[in-house]
Amino acid sequence: MKILITGINGAHARMVALRLRARGDEILGIDRRPWPDAPEGVHVFQTDVRKRPAADVFRQHRPDVVIHMATITHFTASAEERLRINLHGTRLVFEYCHEFGVKQAVFVGRHTIYGAAPDAPLYRTEEEPPLAVSTFPELADLVAADLFAAAALWRWPGLKTAVLRMVYMLGPTHRGTLASFLAGPRVPMILGFDPLYHFMHDEDGVEAIVRAVDHQLSGIYNVAGPPPVPLSTLARGTGRQPIPIPEPLFKYSAGRFGLPYLPPGAVAHIKHPIVVDATAFRRATNFEHKHDAHAVMVSFRES
Amino acid sequence: MGPFRLETLTSRDVRDRLERLELPFNQYGMDPFGISKKHLGVFYSMLEVFYKNYFRVKCFGIDNVPERGSAMLVGNHSGGLPVDGGMVLASLFFARDLPRHATGMVEKFAGNWPFVSEWFSRVGQLPGLPEHAVRLLQDGRLLMIFPEGARGTGKLFKDRYRLVQFGTGFMRIALQTGAPIVPFAFIGGEEALPTVYHAKTLAKLVGAPYWPVPPYLVPFPLPLGCEIHYGKPMHFPGTGREPDEVIEGYVEQVKSVVELLVLRGCALHRQRNDGTFPQEPEDSSGSSSSAPSSTSGPTDSEP
Repeated sequence: MKILITGINGAHARMVALRLRARGDEILGIDRRPWPDAPEGVHVFQTDVRKRPAADVFRQHRPDVVIHMATITHFTASAEERLRINLHGTRLVFEYCHEFGVKQAVFVGRHTIYGAAPDAPLYRTEEEPPLAVSTFPELADLVAADLFAAAALWRWPGLKTAVLRMVYMLGPTHRGTLASFLAGPRVPMILGFDPLYHFMHDEDGVEAIVRAVDHQLSGIYNVAGPPPVPLSTLARGTGRQPIPIPEPLFKYSAGRFGLPYLPPGAVAHIKHPIVVDATAFRRATNFEHKHDAHAVMVSFRES
Repeated sequence: MGPFRLETLTSRDVRDRLERLELPFNQYGMDPFGISKKHLGVFYSMLEVFYKNYFRVKCFGIDNVPERGSAMLVGNHSGGLPVDGGMVLASLFFARDLPRHATGMVEKFAGNWPFVSEWFSRVGQLPGLPEHAVRLLQDGRLLMIFPEGARGTGKLFKDRYRLVQFGTGFMRIALQTGAPIVPFAFIGGEEALPTVYHAKTLAKLVGAPYWPVPPYLVPFPLPLGCEIHYGKPMHFPGTGREPDEVIEGYVEQVKSVVELLVLRGCALHRQRNDGTFPQEPEDSSGSSSSAPSSTSGPTDSEP
């Protein structure tokens, strides 16, 4: 099978590429960054998904499956840049999928779009609205990308579209939103709050994406591994020191004293949990996570 | 000196009972809903003092609460502070050899209070959302519901034991999940914290629906004897999709049973206080005999 992975140079995307390649799939990749030592059978096109050469990759190579992982979550990029890549990039990728006869498109999204709020239910199902547009406005571009990808389900019924809302991926790669949050020796918390954090091992996340391809999944699915643990447990389990900060002082501490920079909207996500119900995905793909929460934290700490 | 450990605040009885509690704790002592064994230890040790010594709670008809499987405990709310909720939880934990833990459906404003929010979630007291109720009941858990909501605890002393309007949401959920409803009455709460006035400005300041002011000004309950009377489980036919008038009819049945339990409970409580009641039918402080006052008469009312 010919599989195109956008954003193939991301740590998790590379893992997906190598997994699929190892079992004999032909892998194409699009990324702005080079992958100089890409293994044989992985063909990387160094371009932006929004540029004309990207369309030509679709036109010339006619992939069967597209795994769209060319989205960014870090806040070092400007809001405009994030919107361009996350929303406009997603739009173009899905249009190419339709135009060039792709059979299945897998959008790798995030569970954070559900947003954290004191009155939000603990286990979010796929029917829940994406509250992040108001609770964490800086994530609006990812919410829009997720909803745009999901719109392909009715817009182009012939294209099998899987929208995966994945919990944080954490592990030896040290890449991803949660890994960045835990990068320093200290982890900021809001004094008096200790929300549950839902995460899964890098390898389990990769396995889930591969399963979505294998099962030709179509629909919107939450993807999760082990049950969540409190942020304080996560911080200690990864060898970090949780630092409870009174909420009014939080904005003054972000990016200082060895604490990570976080946009103002992130406060809700440090106060309240975002936990998802991934039953539908498990049922559809027989997915079982291999690493429990303890193993995930240890693998992150010790690598 | 080592770091302070919460476990040191847990009594021996509570520790033993926690071992018998049938909750799926993981290696961190957390269950999938974020309930922490460690926090439960402190919580129940604190409730134990109030249950056994401060309010000297007498519990009748505890055998009406199923030892396993889902059920919805529905009762009257009273007394300015949710003392009744704490004592009901304590009765389920202490009054029988096999302890059970119930999840209370908490007013949403508590989710924004530092420490309160954290502790409530660690001891399984979740925001009162239908999603939580359905999920917990489907998981075979006990739910504690006060359909009067804050209207109930906000009653003034002159309106004591007069039930206000019951919400109807709980009935649809009971029908949807097939969970039995166990009605109960809490007696003594109104006298323990007699609210004579609501301090509206103070309530607004802390984001609470009301701030109870007793004659002695400090909103802390007095050490008066309290009683809990559980009635027989009630089962209703239906799917939860019935018209409002059907649901309201069912709710009225539950309300009238609670009303009868309250009336009967108040009468017996008075007799016991006056010393005119010949014998103690059941003392729940650790014992587990059946309760004639609550297993016969007014509560034999399965529709």
